[in-house]
Amino acid sequence: MSERLGVTPAQTVGPYLHIGLPWPDGPYAVPEGTPGACWIRGQIVDGTGAPVVDALVESWQADPDGRFDHPDDPRGARPSTVPGFRGFARTETDGQGWYGLLTVKPGPLPTPEGETEAPHLTLSVFARGLLHRLVTRVYFPDEATANAADPVLRGVDPDRRDTLLASPAPDGYRFDIRLQGEHETVFFAV
Amino acid sequence: MTRDGYDTTHPLTLPSYRRDDVDAHPPLLSPGYKSTVIRAPHQPLVYLPQRLTEVTGPLLGEGRLGEFDHDLTRQHDGEPQGQRIIVHGRVLDGDGRAVPHTLVEIWQANAAGRYRHILDNWPAPLDPHFTGVGRTLTDERGRYEFITVQPGAYPWRNHDNAWRPAHIHFSLFGRAFTQRLVTQMYFPGDPLFFQDPVLNSVRDEQARQRLIARYDHATTRPEWALAYEFDIVLRGRDETPFEDEDDDE
Ligand SMILES: [Fe+3]
Repeated sequence: MSERLGVTPAQTVGPYLHIGLPWPDGPYAVPEGTPGACWIRGQIVDGTGAPVVDALVESWQADPDGRFDHPDDPRGARPSTVPGFRGFARTETDGQGWYGLLTVKPGPLPTPEGETEAPHLTLSVFARGLLHRLVTRVYFPDEATANAADPVLRGVDPDRRDTLLASPAPDGYRFDIRLQGEHETVFFAV
Repeated sequence: MTRDGYDTTHPLTLPSYRRDDVDAHPPLLSPGYKSTVIRAPHQPLVYLPQRLTEVTGPLLGEGRLGEFDHDLTRQHDGEPQGQRIIVHGRVLDGDGRAVPHTLVEIWQANAAGRYRHILDNWPAPLDPHFTGVGRTLTDERGRYEFITVQPGAYPWRNHDNAWRPAHIHFSLFGRAFTQRLVTQMYFPGDPLFFQDPVLNSVRDEQARQRLIARYDHATTRPEWALAYEFDIVLRGRDETPFEDEDDDE
């Protein structure tokens, strides 16, 4: 019935992604002023330790109840109880390699194996010099018990797990991304 | 049962997207493209099972589009310089199914090969009537169409006398996080292909050909614009047992 087609290969966003991809409301996965909203900010650095000033980070996540307003969630699509919740943010790095996005902490998620995933955001990183996006996850420092039971974190080399853990910051969390070398962030094949 | 009737005791069955062939995408470390050397991770990627966060994704677009977002020749008071072109095609998944109502974003250099970007300052002219950014949604059959001008080639400093072949950057969401794709469309017969490490980072010849649009004479409009067809294929889903029953091959 259906033909099998080869996928279109990925290519880099190149150095001029800023003309095409940023949106004025990009950094806001929730509207400004949302109760309980937090900023997730971090710096992206390359293998030489230099800030990556031409990157774009996108985030995707469940809402605080662990739900998605999406038809492929087998529990049913459900609009969030948080008004204006988009679940998606898009933020380009600044002249010092910093990105920032405003969101609310997601809830835990069930898995098909009957386990529970700890609250997390999934990130895509795009930049000149990245021929394909990099995928990583942000976990929260105040979820020690849930993190210890998380099937994805448990599958990561214990010495590298902390690269997936945000740290507390005055208005939310900090999550740095090291593309290469010492303390390299864990990146995933999805 | 939770308050919205979701039965937490019922096992969760998720759609699953086929993982791409090893050669479908460029290796992250492709030393011919110099900046990959300090930016590609050294550690191998860690296998991530596709769970709820990966098989869902942002369904965006409605309300994001302005009247002329799909027509890059009508975003200013005057018309941009250059060869007017129509770029159209379908967004499909790996099983040939249309991906409807999905956001397609493009950006490109002007006819002289210059981007309207603060860091692009090689001596080619900017065009006051060309921004180089477009957005549209696919229709119910996965079709999209842009009207723009033929972008020029541009130099970069990657290697001696390095020039990027003319291209248009494309960004697609599909319906799941696993389908997210950013790529570039090239034009058929470009003499600069041989020396371009970005296109040639895709090692499989057939996969590389999928980045090159087809000149489409049937859609070319007399005395108005040349047309190029560029279909984009996102990942397909693994068939579920239920779907197999419908499959009478
Ligand atoms: Fe480009």
